[in-house]
Amino acid sequence: MSTATLDAPASTNGKPLENLETVVIRFCGDSGDGMQQAGGQMTNASAMFGNDVRTFPDFPAEIRAPAGSLFGVSGYQLCFSNHDIFTPGDAVDTLVAMNPAALKTNVEDLKRGGTLIVNEEEFNKSGLQKALYEANPLDNETLMAKFRVHKVPMTRLNRDAVEGLGLSLKAADLCRNFFALGLVYWLYDRDPKPTEDNIRAKFAKKPDVVEANLRALRAGMNYGFSTESFTVHYHVPPAKLPAGKYRKITGNEAVAMGLATMAKLSGKTVVFSGYPITPASDILHDLSAFKHFGVKTFQAEDEIAAMAACVGSAFAGELAVTASSGPGICLKGEAMGLGMMTELPMVIIDVQRGGPSTGLPTKTEQSDLLLAMYGRNGESPLPIVAASGPGDCFSMIQEAFRIATEFMCPVIFLSDGYIANGAEPWQIPKIEDLPRLKIEHITSANGENGGYLPYKRNEKLARPWAKPGTKGLEHRIGGLEKKDVTGNIDYSPKNHQHMTNTRAQKVANIANFIPEQTVDGPASGKLLVISWGGTYGAVRTAVQQAQAAGKSVAHTHLKYMNPFPRNLGTIVKSYEKVLVPELNCGQLRLLLRNQFLVDAQGYNKIEGKPFLVNELVNVINEFHG
Amino acid sequence: MSVDLPALPTLQSKDFASDQEVRWCPRCGDYSILAQMKKVLPTLGIPKEKFCFVSGIGCSSRFPYYVNTYGLHSIHGRAPAVATGVKLANPDLQVWVITGDGDALSIGGNHFLHSIRRNIDMKIILFNNQIYGLTKGQYSPTSPVGKKSKSTPYGSIDHPLTPLSVAIGAEATFVARSVDVDIKHLTMVLERAAHHKGTAFVEVYQDCNVFNPGAFSYATDKETRSDSIVYLEHGKPLIFGKNREKGIRVAEGNRIEIVQLGGDVKEDDLLFHDEKATEPSLAFLLSRMRHPEFPEPMGIFRAVERSTYDESVTKQVEFARAKLGEGDVEKLLNSGDTWFVN
Repeated sequence: MSTATLDAPASTNGKPLENLETVVIRFCGDSGDGMQQAGGQMTNASAMFGNDVRTFPDFPAEIRAPAGSLFGVSGYQLCFSNHDIFTPGDAVDTLVAMNPAALKTNVEDLKRGGTLIVNEEEFNKSGLQKALYEANPLDNETLMAKFRVHKVPMTRLNRDAVEGLGLSLKAADLCRNFFALGLVYWLYDRDPKPTEDNIRAKFAKKPDVVEANLRALRAGMNYGFSTESFTVHYHVPPAKLPAGKYRKITGNEAVAMGLATMAKLSGKTVVFSGYPITPASDILHDLSAFKHFGVKTFQAEDEIAAMAACVGSAFAGELAVTASSGPGICLKGEAMGLGMMTELPMVIIDVQRGGPSTGLPTKTEQSDLLLAMYGRNGESPLPIVAASGPGDCFSMIQEAFRIATEFMCPVIFLSDGYIANGAEPWQIPKIEDLPRLKIEHITSANGENGGYLPYKRNEKLARPWAKPGTKGLEHRIGGLEKKDVTGNIDYSPKNHQHMTNTRAQKVANIANFIPEQTVDGPASGKLLVISWGGTYGAVRTAVQQAQAAGKSVAHTHLKYMNPFPRNLGTIVKSYEKVLVPELNCGQLRLLLRNQFLVDAQGYNKIEGKPFLVNELVNVINEFHG
Repeated sequence: MSVDLPALPTLQSKDFASDQEVRWCPRCGDYSILAQMKKVLPTLGIPKEKFCFVSGIGCSSRFPYYVNTYGLHSIHGRAPAVATGVKLANPDLQVWVITGDGDALSIGGNHFLHSIRRNIDMKIILFNNQIYGLTKGQYSPTSPVGKKSKSTPYGSIDHPLTPLSVAIGAEATFVARSVDVDIKHLTMVLERAAHHKGTAFVEVYQDCNVFNPGAFSYATDKETRSDSIVYLEHGKPLIFGKNREKGIRVAEGNRIEIVQLGGDVKEDDLLFHDEKATEPSLAFLLSRMRHPEFPEPMGIFRAVERSTYDESVTKQVEFARAKLGEGDVEKLLNSGDTWFVN
């Protein structure tokens, strides 16, 4: 992907500086090596420089796996570019491997001719043994001949750099990630200032740590500058993104910020009830710091309690929300059914991860779509929306609440591990452009005799939302089937049929109050590619490449999963073939085939990893013929 | 200086009756509890619309339908969690949880424990009939060993839980027990619970006259009652028996013993009840007194003050606002590193 362009700028420090369009870098090492930190810093530096950026943090479920082990390797991939990009890249241009295990588990993704930077000191007997290497791979000439290899004695150089600060060796070694980062900064001509500022702010109370990290960063940069090993370095000019003010955002951050914004702008309290679970916990963490926005957070005793508390908070008249991942959503099913039956507004966030059971807690997957659709007893359809990327979480979480409060029902919001943890530059919206939630609580009786009829519906089939504390509207509701209009318990056959139909119709009607589906590419033709959720970037990039190669391919990306946009049926029938790539075994495909009788074909991957653009291009070419 | 306040409208018991037909079995103990509750509610000086009753699943959990306040009949075992959500969202409401022995202690054991230890300001009334009534007669977590039921034809082999011991173990700030037919006592206990700030836990011995009739007859029958129960009164000695001739004393090793009054034993030698003891050991000891070895205590075991969870939540919100100022969306969205693209 790193394509050299002609007008390379003059070098500033004696070594030639070449221009590149797009670069993919991956930092990998032990889960305690600070790789997420290094990747995050470089993402910030690149974004602030003006590149478009996408990231893919990939870490093990074990917090501190045994040092040097294969399963303890933590990686952070980022892609930065001089044009708009939608994925963190397929093959890696520069791989930083802090130990043999990191090399072993990641070297396959490094491009032929790519740059390999290793901490050679870790390639000792013990390190090689832990990585199950029989011989030192750095001595493997066939392997090394594939790459531009830089064996750097990072541990020693870093210790030398921080000498005199009185740090223990262990503390000194903790700065090695900044040494590696400094080296990559030199290699890719990155301004270290944002990182230096960040170090100063982050460790403000520990001046020796600030100094050590700053020295490590500088030492890394100087090493690149002065050693003969590096003969050239690279520059990726800023991208031409829409003008405006930007920040970096992850999906989980965007959800939390979206909720705090909504609380403030609507004047309502957001009551978040949750239970810690990977990869959704950050939403709880972030929100618990947003109390001054009118957000209350409740860390419940379990997933069931968190969901039950949501039903309670919704009944009490505030904006109830919970966040979890697959295993937690399973536990919440019964209380979600209660929310559905009592027709109260609330949002359930499912940050999907690899399943089934405990599955792959830190890896991404799209395999909860059918759980969201059907994972409750009885006939209990709920609206489902899915965010397409980190920044999109900000608006879609508010859209989920719009639907919940307008139609009086729980709404499921699907995210996934990839967009929850992945970062992208996000154009900061103007406050005046943000949607305002319009909530009307009923304040006086709606019955003929001055009584309150909790199930008397409006034209959208939504029932009124009475806030406890309101005089004259005292009423009782629950999970038992209720009589239309009055809400009293009623098991009679005709009423049950009527209520079941009404609840389903209410959800189906939402299709009239969401945007129509749009298509990128020809309105009809040979192949339509349908994606949803976090695969947006990869699918869009792949389709664009196929289109550029002259294929008759269109792409449509779904964010409304239930109900589907009202024109989707027409769209899917306008192409000879329909391809649905998903990180599951074909869940959206099943829904599409069921609803539209369309012979949709799937491309399905269950590796706990996002799609690569390249693999999708190949599939598209294959299907297109 | 006196100020004339407008007279508050006086609520009556009938104001709390809903329009729903009560569907419990004839002579069910629940009727009495409902009646005493409707007596207590109008005396609290709280408008009707400020009450919220939350229940789980079981016979007792139909209760909210019969009280004309806000009410939520939720799902099995989860009422304390649902009620927590209600109270967090709207701390102005007085929240009552109505539950049973299966609902609170079996399927809902976790929520029961955690609501109590958090001390959320709500009242939990557990109707203990030692049986699953709504599912027609299986043994429950409070059924005694040997109990023959539909699911235990050879007798139960499950060791039962003592609800009060569980609640005290979780450091409940208010713990009490009463019995459905002891109308005056039950009213007093419900009243005390209503006035407590924090989780008030009340166990009510309730007769299921269909599937477990007479489970508590020792505590209700005229002939056996005075020997089988002992009333707790704060600051007073524990005395019981037809002629108040027996007392409870704490012997060496923190052991409870029954003593005959008169002779060597004076009232002053007896255990004096202290519901305000901050250390829960005494209350726990009392909760271990089980029929037939001991008379079972009735009344307020423990009533102590501790900050409530909902209050602390509100305080933290106020603290955050004082420290950081009112949340500013503009600032929030522009936080962290930002940059301009021209």
